[in-house]
Amino acid sequence: MSNTAPAHTAVSGNRKWAIGFTSVVAFFFILNKFILPEAGSGVQKFFNAWFSLTSMAEIMIWIIMALGLNIIVGYAGLLDLGYVAFWALGGYVAGWLMSPFFSGLNINFFGNPRPGLEFGIHFHVFLVLILGGVFTAIWGVIIGGPTLRLKSDYLALVTLGFGEIIPQFMLNGADIAGYNVTNGAQGIGGLDDVNLFGYVIGTFALPEKFLMVSLMAGAMIFFSIRLRDGRLGRAWLAIREDELAASMMGVPLWRTKFASYAIGAVGGGIGGVGFAILVGGVYADRFNFVISIIILAMVVMGGMGNVWGVVVGAVTLAWINSVGLIQVGELVNNSFGTNINFPSYQFLLFGLLLVLMMLFRREGFIPEARIRMVMNEDKVDEEVSDETKIASK
Amino acid sequence: MARLNTPAMLKINDLTVGYGAITAVKGLTLEVREGEIVSLIGSNGAGKSTTLRTVSGLLKPKSGNIEFLGEKIDGIAGHEIVAKGICHSPEGRRIFPKMTVDENLDLGAYLRKDAAAVKETRDHVLQLFPRLQERINQKAGTMSGGEQQMLAVGRALMGNPKLLILDEPSMGLAPVLVDLIFETIEEIRKSGVTILLVEQNALAALRIADYAYVLESGHLKLEGDGSKLADDPAIAQAYLGG
Repeated sequence: MSNTAPAHTAVSGNRKWAIGFTSVVAFFFILNKFILPEAGSGVQKFFNAWFSLTSMAEIMIWIIMALGLNIIVGYAGLLDLGYVAFWALGGYVAGWLMSPFFSGLNINFFGNPRPGLEFGIHFHVFLVLILGGVFTAIWGVIIGGPTLRLKSDYLALVTLGFGEIIPQFMLNGADIAGYNVTNGAQGIGGLDDVNLFGYVIGTFALPEKFLMVSLMAGAMIFFSIRLRDGRLGRAWLAIREDELAASMMGVPLWRTKFASYAIGAVGGGIGGVGFAILVGGVYADRFNFVISIIILAMVVMGGMGNVWGVVVGAVTLAWINSVGLIQVGELVNNSFGTNINFPSYQFLLFGLLLVLMMLFRREGFIPEARIRMVMNEDKVDEEVSDETKIASK
Repeated sequence: MARLNTPAMLKINDLTVGYGAITAVKGLTLEVREGEIVSLIGSNGAGKSTTLRTVSGLLKPKSGNIEFLGEKIDGIAGHEIVAKGICHSPEGRRIFPKMTVDENLDLGAYLRKDAAAVKETRDHVLQLFPRLQERINQKAGTMSGGEQQMLAVGRALMGNPKLLILDEPSMGLAPVLVDLIFETIEEIRKSGVTILLVEQNALAALRIADYAYVLESGHLKLEGDGSKLADDPAIAQAYLGG
């Protein structure tokens, strides 16, 4: 409505972050594509240990996941403990639609099958991304429809259930009434290489794959911000703050919550497709409960509702989980002559971090301006409505 | 003041509402006519807020019905009732504390599409409560109780209601602010909005009301012209602490 100064600064704050994100992505792409292959083995070793491109690409997937869940948990305030279900569903859409898996069929829609493996279904990657999003949104509707009328604690339990059911179905889906739907524990491998307007991203073209998932993460960031600042975003925040009052303002409660659930699910689906392409397949045993909790922790630790906070939370946790812990552990072991297996203490440290965060910085790394205000009510007078100040710190 | 001779806007017929096994309102019948201020008074637990919440679609009646402009509205969802022109400023204000005054007002107009008309309402609200203009970018939760109450009323007005429901607008406010709120209520009525008012401050509520209903333990105990009830010694004794 009114275009006041804080709104303006919030935009420039977003720009700052966007430039930062783009620079980091460009840096790692150029580094790995052009510089590292020519660099000395010491430099190569350092980057491959601390910032391996595989883990950087996976971090992008975690960003997509965390932002998707942020729409449900951070924006609308609905607790979802089974978000991994959407990751799995998105992954299987990619597995089904761009691999030779359904060997009885022979469908090729602008796809890029491997030579000799032309049977199965081969859709163009854009179509798979869209269908992945649509498919998970439909499942979001199926899960959300009956459950969103529940009060929050019960909703959390039901989502927890679905987070278990769907991966279990995938794990045991090798024989559903005689049909092999998911190939069970073996999963679906050998996904098609992505073909973008004639440019093929090969199975081992890691820099290009990294760039691709980074673009997807960037798009997710963009849509998250647009959604939050739009009418729907405002309605979500109102519901999160006071459901009854929101209803009195004319916000349709059920429909609005439903929208958050379905749209949040789309993030999981698209991320799931991206991850499947990244690893070249989809494997049911990866989709366990811990994933849901890690994504939730990324959202909470980063700063529920704050897009850039969630991005930082996702990057931090995903990096620690993939290479950070191993490398820091080696550093410690080498420096002090100890022999501690740090990665085996992953969840101990993770738990400790969560406890410390809840004790000392409950609002997350980069809290949403609104939350920050409530957490520091005594300092409220200096508070101006913007995330920029926090962001530029 | 006496009852207006205008057509009925809101009609509640033989309404019974309860929470589980407890019946909070039993067989209530009342009417609000166009352009009126109607007050609903009674002690704590008399069923006033329950009645309002049922009108706003937040509770479903056990029996009886509610008509708004000749249309049955009981049992339909809260946001549809807002769309029909009933806006509710709830008990305890329930503003969105982490949002700015501006964002709170925006939400009040959530269902309205016509930006120009919303702007007009917004100007009107800010003229009614100049204090809100001063605080426009402040987080609502950081304002004083009186300012929050102004915001709650202003936010309800943003929906451009035909019928404005005010639940305890003077609760917890300093006497000088109570007077201000009641003056504003009269001003709002003058701008063409019909008002259904629930108050514990019964005397003030009766004085500005054209017509009033007195509830006791969920039953309709008395009804009559506001000024007449205000001067009734029996009422005074029972409800006005005199």
